[in-house]
Amino acid sequence: MENVYIPFASEILEVIRHTEKEYTFRMEFRGIVKPGQFFEVSIPKFGEAPISVSGIGENFVDLTIRRVGRVTNEVFEHYQGQKLLMRGPYGNGFDVGSFLNGETVVVAGGTGVSPVRGVIEALSTSEQAKKKYVIVGFRSPDDMLFRTDLKNWAERLNLILTVDRAEEGYAGNVGLVTKYIQDLPLADPSNARAVVVGPPAMMRFTIIELQKKGFRDENITVSYERKMCCGLGKCGHCRIGGKYVCIDGPVFPYNEAKVLLD
Amino acid sequence: MGYFLTREAFDGVVAELGKRFRIFAPVRKKGAGRFTDTDVILYDTVRSGSEIVLDAKSDYAFKEALTPLSEVLFYFTEANTQAASFDDRPILIFARACDMHALQRMDQIYLCNGPEDPFYRRRRELVHFALIGCSESFPNCFCVSMGTNVAPEGWLFSVDSAPDGCACTVPDAGCAPLFAAAAAREIDAAPCHVTENKVRVCVPETVPAAVRTHSLWDEYTVRCINCGRCNFVCPTCTCWSMQDISYTDNGNVGERRRVAASCMVDGFTDVAGGGQYRRKNGERMRFKVLHKIYDHRQRFGNDMCVGCGRCDDICPEYISYSNIINKVYDAAREG
Repeated sequence: MENVYIPFASEILEVIRHTEKEYTFRMEFRGIVKPGQFFEVSIPKFGEAPISVSGIGENFVDLTIRRVGRVTNEVFEHYQGQKLLMRGPYGNGFDVGSFLNGETVVVAGGTGVSPVRGVIEALSTSEQAKKKYVIVGFRSPDDMLFRTDLKNWAERLNLILTVDRAEEGYAGNVGLVTKYIQDLPLADPSNARAVVVGPPAMMRFTIIELQKKGFRDENITVSYERKMCCGLGKCGHCRIGGKYVCIDGPVFPYNEAKVLLD
Repeated sequence: MGYFLTREAFDGVVAELGKRFRIFAPVRKKGAGRFTDTDVILYDTVRSGSEIVLDAKSDYAFKEALTPLSEVLFYFTEANTQAASFDDRPILIFARACDMHALQRMDQIYLCNGPEDPFYRRRRELVHFALIGCSESFPNCFCVSMGTNVAPEGWLFSVDSAPDGCACTVPDAGCAPLFAAAAAREIDAAPCHVTENKVRVCVPETVPAAVRTHSLWDEYTVRCINCGRCNFVCPTCTCWSMQDISYTDNGNVGERRRVAASCMVDGFTDVAGGGQYRRKNGERMRFKVLHKIYDHRQRFGNDMCVGCGRCDDICPEYISYSNIINKVYDAAREG
């Protein structure tokens, strides 16, 4: 029997530096992957960490990694041509096709942009790109990820790029993502769809704003981040109520997610 | 139909079975209990029937024979990995009715929740069971309320302690000749099971959202010391954490293990960057209890808890989990 715990070695094809603490590692991988899915990335001696897919190509997956823990610190010591161990992809991922028709709003905060990058990319190239609204928030101008993408998205769909705080004289938007939701010029919020990914507090308040705007819970999609040791429904760390984030999620419709209490 | 065996004859049968199986059974460790001069009953390998404790509940569950507290998954040398070899001799585990039900819960997690776990599967294939009958209910048991007082099928033989010997039934054709040859006489026998416990619980059919934030949990924020003993003795707690170690002589060589984890202990939900869920012990208690009597049922159709009461036996703060179930039931009825 195939042993699902044994990782494979994958070559780092390229390292894309976004900020001091956030790099994208382009990893060699051939296989079917969906935006919103994740890999368990590991380094012997340091352990494993679940990392969501931020980009998908014919022979690669992009993993955008924030340097915040024991494993990710060590990942940052690796360079192009070296290898990392991986298992996956895991999780359900986003059903990208379901967001292409009609009005769609994506609200993403910080590294939460990674799992929805593929969704935004698809929206930006869809025929109805003019009906797509994307609100992306970062802590500060220095924390911005995917700058080239942001520029491209701004040209093709309705992008609101904002930062929580900035030094005086900053020309862009300053304020939390929640600030922009009520002013979105939507024709029919009750039938519009929304995707929300980011830190827990940001997600909580964004959903409240969306509900106020008239969004229905079943039309809001969220993606959760939890501690995971297996990605396979076994270790129990990611369970919330009757759901396992690793195999039932990490993407949930909000009408299901709202009854889950950590 | 069954057999009556003298103690000596039963010892002989176990010794004979020891040639075919590695036998795990509850044994008494003298003076190794939590308090001075107290014993502990836990699972260990045995070679003789006299070592097996038939007349008391084990403090720890049989699960360690199937899922060791610490298990090497694979060894690594730089980026190369090699799955750990393991002992592939057949295993015989002495267990009670509640434990046999707990096995079904373990199977649900390891074999049915997502893809099959290869390490569990390979050991599970080797495991056989002997049923220890329960002629009376032990302290804190509430198996009758949980519907786990009668063992599901799947054991090779049963053994009940009787005056001067053991009463056994042997549904397994492979073991029957061994018992027949050793028996003092044939008897009418069926494995004993209890039909009443002193402790009774009512499990709510549904748990309204209000119960999850109910004030009943606050008490446990104060009383519980989140030591995790309740998880480690529970026959149905299966959670684990991944752990890497490297050897001091050569840091490029090491192993990846999984080790038993507890949802009550700090760190269970920690994510990189400092995120944490369920900081309060009362919230952790709610998470654990509702998993055992509600959340698991939503997924698999049966409750996870088997009513063995080991968590109540072991708690250093004398928290009664069965009491909590009844409080949840009352709170659920309030709505």
